[in-house]
Amino acid sequence: MSAAVIPVEQIKTITMSIYRYDPTVDKKPYMQDVIVEIPTDKDIMVLDALHLAKEQEPSLSYRRSCREGVCGSDGMNINGKNGLACVTPLSEVLKRDKITLRPMPGLPVVRDLIVDMKQFFDQLEKVKPYLITKSDAPDIERKQTPEDRDGLDGLYECILCGCCSTSCPSFWWNPDKFLGPAALLQSWRFINDSRDEATEERLDDLEDAFSLYRCHGIMNCVSVCPKGLNPTEAISNIRNKLLTRKKA
Amino acid sequence: MLVNEIINAKDLPVMEFDGIIVGGGGAGMRASLQLAESGLNTAVISKVFPTRSHTVSAQGGITCAIQSDDPDDDWRWHMFDTVKGSDYIGDQEAIEYMCSEGPKAVFELEHMGLPFSRTEEGRIYQRPFGGQSKDYGKGGQATRTCAAADRTGHSLLHTLYQANLKAGTNFLNEWFAVDLVLNTDKAVVGVIAFKIETGEIYYIKSKATVLATGGAGRIYASTTNALINSGDGVGMALRAGMPVQDIEMWQFHPTGIHGAGTLVTEGCRGEGGYLLNKDGERFMERYAPNAKDLASRDVVARSMALEILEGRGCGPNADHIFLRLDHLGPEVVHKRLPGITELSKTFAGVDPAVQPIPVVPTCHYMMGGIPTNINGQVISVEDGKDIIVEGLYAAGEVACVSVHGGNRLGGNSLLDLVVFGRAAGLYIEEAMKQGVELKDASNDDIDKALERLNKLNASTEGDQVSVLKERMQQNMQNSFGVFRRGDLMEKGINELAKTREEVDAIYLKDKSATFNTARIEALEMQNLFEVAEATAITANERKESRGAHARDDYTERDDDNWLKHSIYFAETKEVSKRDVNYRPKTVQAFQPMVRSY
Repeated sequence: MSAAVIPVEQIKTITMSIYRYDPTVDKKPYMQDVIVEIPTDKDIMVLDALHLAKEQEPSLSYRRSCREGVCGSDGMNINGKNGLACVTPLSEVLKRDKITLRPMPGLPVVRDLIVDMKQFFDQLEKVKPYLITKSDAPDIERKQTPEDRDGLDGLYECILCGCCSTSCPSFWWNPDKFLGPAALLQSWRFINDSRDEATEERLDDLEDAFSLYRCHGIMNCVSVCPKGLNPTEAISNIRNKLLTRKKA
Repeated sequence: MLVNEIINAKDLPVMEFDGIIVGGGGAGMRASLQLAESGLNTAVISKVFPTRSHTVSAQGGITCAIQSDDPDDDWRWHMFDTVKGSDYIGDQEAIEYMCSEGPKAVFELEHMGLPFSRTEEGRIYQRPFGGQSKDYGKGGQATRTCAAADRTGHSLLHTLYQANLKAGTNFLNEWFAVDLVLNTDKAVVGVIAFKIETGEIYYIKSKATVLATGGAGRIYASTTNALINSGDGVGMALRAGMPVQDIEMWQFHPTGIHGAGTLVTEGCRGEGGYLLNKDGERFMERYAPNAKDLASRDVVARSMALEILEGRGCGPNADHIFLRLDHLGPEVVHKRLPGITELSKTFAGVDPAVQPIPVVPTCHYMMGGIPTNINGQVISVEDGKDIIVEGLYAAGEVACVSVHGGNRLGGNSLLDLVVFGRAAGLYIEEAMKQGVELKDASNDDIDKALERLNKLNASTEGDQVSVLKERMQQNMQNSFGVFRRGDLMEKGINELAKTREEVDAIYLKDKSATFNTARIEALEMQNLFEVAEATAITANERKESRGAHARDDYTERDDDNWLKHSIYFAETKEVSKRDVNYRPKTVQAFQPMVRSY
């Protein structure tokens, strides 16, 4: 989109205060104010505003792909709260015509709004995020009742954007030991899948002081999830499963 | 060695794999899974983390005769529909292969864990989609599209990523492939690629390179496509002297959200939704009396465009159409179409369970692409004869195998990418067992593949990407949209010709090696431009109306002259014709008929 085609009277200027850091050029990070012109006759998303800023500052770097909230690329910290730039309407976050954008907290910054997600994905891989079956597969699909399938709703939709884990104080403190809300949501997604045949081994893997139990129910994950998912609930479901297993 | 230096082959470090796949979407990860499971050292080179690939945006489902909804369903009926949908320039051997192998490929996905929606019997849920019929068009609407709510692409892509993790595929995530490396025999022996985060650059050597880079919808101003859909594979292939086929065939999806361009699945109409003009008329009853709102996409898109052109569009500017869903009730809308509900609220400010969604035909899918056979091997044409390009494969949207011909049926893209990603993997696995001998690339060969990047790095002045991109996108939108006309296309081609030099000499101001998105966007722009130019020249050359290619100046299908694939080479900018395959192996070929719905 371009500001050039919009008649003058339908434009206003806003200030985007953006975290800038290119380790090859900058000694330390700084906040840059970029003034952009946005239309007033329609709402645009934070990502659209970022594109306008990038037209002025081509060196500004951020991840983006689908621009519709399904790929999980553009998680960032918008006015202090994590969210996806592409599905956050500017009107909801502009305060006195200003917006502040920073990278998601708790992970190393690669450049500008781009964080190094390695830690996040390493933790995901630890929960064996794939279906494990031991029985032979039938010639057609494995059967699953609609009710059993309903058990995956609210879990399979995760887009791995990282908004939850990078807003979680427990993850900030122990990013290498606490798996974090995103990975634990995936863990429950497979434990709760009626087709999965590795529940015991999955639960065994979580039986330590850190992997799961570092969740203190702060629920930042729930309040920031752009897909409306509830990792805290998934975590408590796993806890219950671990407890009932012990009793048995 | 960093990406912002002037790079010489002799200093360039080398990485080697048995097979490399460029692109981490559905086709790429299905191919890589096949290779990794067979024990080959396999790497996926993906410019984004794989689950950010555009497959994730596919919504409605994967069409396949798995006989869940209808135990009598038959892959041959699916084949008939696909041939008819293609307006008879889909290759019938390939369509036969896709439709008959499809069930196996879909069940494999389910076994990997894909969370399909379910029927009461516990089988995979299927919904009706456009262009589907029973009994070779004689038995009414079929219900053949396997779905995971309206998040089938997301589910499929994540499942494939998960399966690849399990299989031990090497992922080069956020690596950008620049160009193909060809040896002196013109065989492909790998790619030049760099790690976006650090700028470290390598020659990645392999005897099997699979292009699975997806589409290029970003050549148009209004598209359902992700921002990353820049036709990188097409750009690489055209620069390396390979052709593209039927590249003029672009699908305009009937229902992109007005203003935003985001996709609203055909599954909405499959579930019972329908389109309305400003008079509240279900106008598709006029254009397609039998299939109505579930006619083929090209038919529905054209009907909508005509309604708008003739002043029956909705809204204050009469510039869109309404998609009505509220009569289905909130249960169906929220259970079967939760993603659509979310997108409509975000991008149109409407709850589809209450209000209609404003939609317009929006560029969606590239039916054309790099020609391949059913093993994914890339085909070139020399003196009118097909030749195999050794070492190079393509699958998914970047490829033109060709199962979609002039118009793709909804739900066939996901099937195409799993079936042919898998087929390419199977073929490479076998070829590697037999042993593949390809000459090593010389330093000269590698230097050739570095030319474009070095030129960009050396640039000191010129136009910036955003300016050139907008000019190209507007031009394509205006001159190569739903309806096309010779004089407008000539004008469009001239505009592109004027821009060509500027695109080749793009100015990259920011020379940083660290996660430099400006460099990526410049390289992507050059790829987009190759696709745009190929589209424009070929569209003007095909002097008929067929499938998605609708001309005001040649309104009829011309089977005498154009029951053919178009073939375009960038070097000569010339268009030639190639025979369509009418030789399926197990059934009689379907002959061209009048196409009505």
